[in-house]
Amino acid sequence: MVDLVKPKRKKQTKQARGVSRRTALSGLGGAAALGILPGFTRYAQAQSSAPIKIGFQVHRTGIGAAYGRWYDRTTKAAAKLINESGGINGRPVEIVTEDDGTDPKRGAEVVEKFATQHGADVAFGTLFSHVVIGSAPRAGELKIPYFVVSEGHHVASGMLNRYTLQPCITDVKSQVQSMAPWVASNLGKKVTMIYPDFAFGHDHRDYFSAAMAAQGGEVIGKIAVPPTESSYFKYFPKIPRGTEVLYHVMVGPGVLTFVKEMGEFFGDQRPEIFGFIDSLEAVSINSPGLEFLEGSYFWEANPRYAQAASTKFDAFYRAKVGVDASGASIDDPKDISTYSHMFGCWETLHFIKQGMESAGYRGPGDRAKLIEAVEDIAAMAESQAHPQGAKIFNGKTHQVFGHQYISQVGDGKLNVVHKTAIEDGFYKDEVDYTSQPL
Amino acid sequence: MDFGPYLLLATLEGAVGAAVLALTALGLALVFGVMRIVNVAHGAFFMLGAIIAWWVADRLGVGSALNFLAALIIAPLAVGAVAVVAERSVLRRLNYNPESTIVATIGLLYVIEQVALMTYGPDARPVVAPWDFRIQLPWFGYSGYKILVIGASIAILLAVWWGLTRTRIGLMMRATQFDSETARAFAIPVDLVYGGVFAFGAMLAAVGAVLVVPIQQAHYLMGTDPLLLSFIVVIVGGLGSLRGTVLAAVIIGLSDGIISVFFTPTLAKIIATLAVATILIVRPRGLFGTRPT
Amino acid sequence: MRSLRVNKAVTLHLGAIGVLFALQFVLPDYHHVNLARVMVLAGFAMAYNISFGYTGLLSLGHAMFFAAGLYAAGLMARFAGVGAEGGLILGVIAGLAMAVAVGLLALRTTGVSFMIVTLMFAQAAFLTIFYFGEYTRGDEGFIIPSGLRTLFGFSLVEPATRYLVALSLFALCVAVSHGIARSSVGRVLAAIRENEERTRMLGYNVFLYKLAALAISGAMSGAAGAAYGFLFGYVGATFASIQYSIFPLLWVLMGGAATVLGPFAGTLLMFYLVDISSAYTSANMLIVGLALIGLILFFPKGILGTIRERAAPWLP
Repeated sequence: MVDLVKPKRKKQTKQARGVSRRTALSGLGGAAALGILPGFTRYAQAQSSAPIKIGFQVHRTGIGAAYGRWYDRTTKAAAKLINESGGINGRPVEIVTEDDGTDPKRGAEVVEKFATQHGADVAFGTLFSHVVIGSAPRAGELKIPYFVVSEGHHVASGMLNRYTLQPCITDVKSQVQSMAPWVASNLGKKVTMIYPDFAFGHDHRDYFSAAMAAQGGEVIGKIAVPPTESSYFKYFPKIPRGTEVLYHVMVGPGVLTFVKEMGEFFGDQRPEIFGFIDSLEAVSINSPGLEFLEGSYFWEANPRYAQAASTKFDAFYRAKVGVDASGASIDDPKDISTYSHMFGCWETLHFIKQGMESAGYRGPGDRAKLIEAVEDIAAMAESQAHPQGAKIFNGKTHQVFGHQYISQVGDGKLNVVHKTAIEDGFYKDEVDYTSQPL
Repeated sequence: MDFGPYLLLATLEGAVGAAVLALTALGLALVFGVMRIVNVAHGAFFMLGAIIAWWVADRLGVGSALNFLAALIIAPLAVGAVAVVAERSVLRRLNYNPESTIVATIGLLYVIEQVALMTYGPDARPVVAPWDFRIQLPWFGYSGYKILVIGASIAILLAVWWGLTRTRIGLMMRATQFDSETARAFAIPVDLVYGGVFAFGAMLAAVGAVLVVPIQQAHYLMGTDPLLLSFIVVIVGGLGSLRGTVLAAVIIGLSDGIISVFFTPTLAKIIATLAVATILIVRPRGLFGTRPT
Repeated sequence: MRSLRVNKAVTLHLGAIGVLFALQFVLPDYHHVNLARVMVLAGFAMAYNISFGYTGLLSLGHAMFFAAGLYAAGLMARFAGVGAEGGLILGVIAGLAMAVAVGLLALRTTGVSFMIVTLMFAQAAFLTIFYFGEYTRGDEGFIIPSGLRTLFGFSLVEPATRYLVALSLFALCVAVSHGIARSSVGRVLAAIRENEERTRMLGYNVFLYKLAALAISGAMSGAAGAAYGFLFGYVGATFASIQYSIFPLLWVLMGGAATVLGPFAGTLLMFYLVDISSAYTSANMLIVGLALIGLILFFPKGILGTIRERAAPWLP
């Protein structure tokens, strides 16, 4: 059975298969029944004036929805801008949006839908690591370029494949490594880390511990909070005596509870506090209960509050996406953006444009060429396309490296006190995707 | 931190958890006990209570204490109204068939979550506590509001207990729970009792949620944990036993807090979960269960 | 009369498998791969149906059996380089072992207590995946290298092979379900579901029968989990979460409990409900929720269950 069918399917070209299917279809008499389902009309190969279709995999529902909403707004703004300035290779961009439910199974299905039903040229967009890792094998098998905006270390770790890239947001390993020197020399050498008991939290733990050790510091407490937890207070006594710096990174709807309870526990007797802004993305720094954060520090990938040193590119980007100088929606000041992550969508769309134009991309047949073209991109200058700052892309590991920021909370704002060099985040390559077949 | 104060802290945390859980679980215990249906949407009612509380506090803006009190009245009423509509239009038509109601309440859960997402949005938002003060103990600080939650929960539980055991409505509910056929024969409007119990159960969940929003924020997916924990509490307590439900909530809340002192966090959760499961394996009818489940 | 009923049932099941076999030649790629996915998950739903539909054991912890298979196969692939042949066998063994272990304890309880005990065991299993995050990568999960995803030399990355493996698993699950439903064991299981006390008084060892049903259900769930890992290349903790304990219950109830093809109908319907509604609106879960409520109002015993009740009493 297997012998008979497999080679047949493999050898047939797309047209030949279409004919045999149509014949069989009428034979079965099921054409009418199938016709009502969307996607049973076969898409034609894109014409030269037809839009370039970019499949946008977004967390519209599920735990990632707060990020997804801003990823959606940023993506739409970037696509509009690209279209207003002539599109890609003279062709307009069409964003095809599908909800992945922040679920790895649906994520994989969505990538399949882009590749085989929507006829999308590339797929892009998702944040949560488990959705990326669940979807990437399917992207690799379907040979559809899959550009993620996730900040996970999954791409650079070598776990994924040649068709998956993270071109515009620095991964967590690089982020935490570049924080360590500043933390060690400005806040203290004895650190206790509080992080979710997720792979993401473990990456923070492992890479920051190693980077601190390299600075002569030490992580003396590691508190992993279980994924089903909604109250955090009982874990604070586990913070060892002698802790000089408390390092926190939390994700999900419980983040505000976590930070608030930390304030109740310590009062004004707190150690230095260094957090990843993930703990407060989409949350106002002026929420009730967060007063005690005054004077504490945050990692930011892109400063939420416009700074004196902010570039005109940042101002342009804010205006186009609809974000004011304090990182909130222009329409609703209570609607706080995910400013340290969503720039990745804006920049990735511009990266795709750059790649497609240098590859002379014409349609899905040129996907392999597109991968080779983007692997050749090395440096990105700070610009309208890259408002977060200059970046260096490693074509072998498919991972980008950028500047990181450290901001201090003061007067209800986040004020940048340190900007890392791109090189601070470099580490040894763990994979060479270019050696894999296309 | 020294062992003694740490244990005190964990016990306090456990007690707060138990206080909220007892209210939410009591609501489920009534629905489960009287109507014999598995209401998967119970957590969604909890969530709805929390986001309505946020909405009331946000729109009213008359000071945190008044905002909160208004939310404490409006949110349960609104949630109760939603529950009545769902009960009359769907569950009643399904004749309270246990299997069909599982599917229907899963559907209801999806509907409520999606509507919450579309109107309230995906953010987690706090409600300011009505009386926010921090108690500074010699070893750590503690939220005074959390202590108030324990007190409020005890007061509400006593009121419910009084209502169930000393009033005519309570008598009708207990009669229906004991044997709905006989209750009908004694001219108890069983149909109305069902509608009332379903609404009241949802309202208790909403009260628990209003109490919890100043501690945890309102979020459209916050209902899952209270749902699972409430089911566990109701069954471990023993179907049909109010004191069992309350005792189980206390045991589960406290064990979650206290076991976390001795183990790494995730391991503590695993051990606490298995410990509670063991109670049921040893006493399959629950702590105070009188009839087979 | 009886043989006629059996023949009708056999014809129906063979016909269904035949139609699914034929469909692979006509389905567009997207529906082709997703039908394969639905068939694997329907195997999981059929496994659930054996314990719930035929035996009356309402479990809220079946995700742990699916995950046992998924992780047994995935971890052995990741750390020992085991391929799909070994992985599928390991998956079956893991699901079976987990079900027997859980059953020996949880089957001391009945009814809703059984539901809660299985729920808690599954939560403990879910958290255990996080506790051993060093090996499992917790929520993120890991990928089964495509080089290992072969069965007797055929690459499971190939759509045609994937489809046929999924169909084979599906056919096997149909055969097991059909066999149980038609056997004397199946009648004892149904008797337990309808009246456990009476069945015990008739001299049957009710505990052993229930344990056997749960064991078969666990083994099938484990097989589906292992197959899912090898066919789609991903292993993650999401598949051990409470959601994946509720899904098989939902699929079975939608399609019709204690019908052989009901679980498949429910799984397929649920996939297309989500897929089609999300093509038209971003409020897709609202549509799905309303559809579930509407469906159960018109088909209170699930699709096939209601058809059996009203039109086709011979339906297995």
